[in-house]
Amino acid sequence: MNTMPPDRPIWHYRTPRQRLMLWFGWLALVALFVYCWEVMNRETLWFFVMDAPNQAADIGSRMWPPRWEYVPELLIPLWDTINIATIGTAGGVLLAIPIAFLAARNTTPSPMLLRPVALLIIVTSRSINSLIWALLLVAIIGPGILAGMVAIALRSIGFIGKLLYEAIEETDPLQVEAIAATGASRAQTIIYGIVPQIIPAFWGISVFRWDINIRESTILGLVGAGGIGLKLQGSLNTLAWGQVSVILLLILGTVVVSEWISAKIRHAVI
Amino acid sequence: MSTVAKKRYPTTWRRPPQIMTDRRWRISIQIAIVAYLIVAWNSIEVDWERVVVGLERGKQFAMGFLRPDFASRWEDISRGIIESLTMTLTSTVVGILVSVPIGIGAARNLTPRLLYLVCRSIVAVSRSLQEVIIAIFLVAMFGFGPFAGFLTLSFATIGFLAKLLADDIEEIEPGQVEAIRSTGASWWQLVNYAIQPQVMPRLIGLSLYRLDINFRESAVIGIVGAGGIGATLNTAIDRYEYDSAGAILLIIIVIVMGAEYASGTIRKFLQ
Repeated sequence: MNTMPPDRPIWHYRTPRQRLMLWFGWLALVALFVYCWEVMNRETLWFFVMDAPNQAADIGSRMWPPRWEYVPELLIPLWDTINIATIGTAGGVLLAIPIAFLAARNTTPSPMLLRPVALLIIVTSRSINSLIWALLLVAIIGPGILAGMVAIALRSIGFIGKLLYEAIEETDPLQVEAIAATGASRAQTIIYGIVPQIIPAFWGISVFRWDINIRESTILGLVGAGGIGLKLQGSLNTLAWGQVSVILLLILGTVVVSEWISAKIRHAVI
Repeated sequence: MSTVAKKRYPTTWRRPPQIMTDRRWRISIQIAIVAYLIVAWNSIEVDWERVVVGLERGKQFAMGFLRPDFASRWEDISRGIIESLTMTLTSTVVGILVSVPIGIGAARNLTPRLLYLVCRSIVAVSRSLQEVIIAIFLVAMFGFGPFAGFLTLSFATIGFLAKLLADDIEEIEPGQVEAIRSTGASWWQLVNYAIQPQVMPRLIGLSLYRLDINFRESAVIGIVGAGGIGATLNTAIDRYEYDSAGAILLIIIVIVMGAEYASGTIRKFLQ
């Protein structure tokens, strides 16, 4: 920089106007951040925040060593958790398939009426987290595994439906046309023209969602929807931190294994 | 060989299976799935009387969705929404600020081996823990309220953004890096002029996406006491005020839809 002659203009990436705009944009973001920080921390008790390192050390010392004797009691809840995730995913997939076909532009029977409805279902299911679905379902059908399964299924509809309808829209129209040219009915063009094209994506999406659902179903018990989360809630309520650390390690192990299985299957399918 | 001549050609055609072409594997996997479903189904204990009673409540809830009551709990709802929104913004900003150096540190082509391993393990820890579980711990340490939620979301943002940023940096065009390096640029200049322009569009896209996710998560971590709209929603459902709960859920859906639409527009504008 210093070696440049002073009369030659320095090269800049942006025009001065653009730089000014950019600078104002950043200033606005910083101002917004400061304002939000102020609003958020209006009721924060800084005394507790300052005390956090002591609390952390205290909890840490209680969590170690993990209470390994607790593991046998956790095996049935763990089995329940896996069931919640698996059957929930299966239910979600079954519900998502028709919705995906209704939502895809090239297969929907009525773009004006049914397509917006299907898209609305997808958005609703996607924007509400499975824990909130579980909260509602525990209130409606009572605490237990079933509420967890239905919650996982309802949450999965949006995810699977969205990815599946995008896959349907991306299919090659030539193959569909070739099937239609043989005189196939509408259902036959879908079965022989579109389904073979989306099958790999379908299995990939389902297994990916199953993997996510395993993670999510581990905490559903916090609101009473069964599984290992119930034990976590119980241990937290009785301040049995040694049990909490065992549960967390078990959850971590399950998640790692499920991620490995899902990666293997997706690799084999796609 | 004489049977070939007598063999009749089939008159119908069945589509061959796409995924598992071996018939024995296919059948045994199908049997295994059916067996699993039977075993798993038997582990469900359903109290059907409770379900029948509950369905009545479900109908009330559906009615609450159709006739949401924004007015009677508006004070709590608006407080929760403001907490959620402020938490979302501050945690996303802080999360990005922290995750950029960690992301650079976790890129194999930029950093020494030791630093790479440290940064990657930070990312792995943050990614493998659920937001709700982190929130439980942070609430226990920092007390109830949005500050714990802010820390939770920031921590979760680090795992998400730093990993994707690091993967992106590892896949950049090496020619540009070499060109800048051959001018005698220092490490900082290298990052600033060769790497930053290549990853910036994606970083902005991911940040907007994370903003969206953080809002959705902020609605959940309130259930364990970390502030935000989740606490209000939890209370509304516990008190069977389904019309207020319906109103809260509708607000969440509208904000998520708006955020998704806005981030889609901004990303299109940037590209």
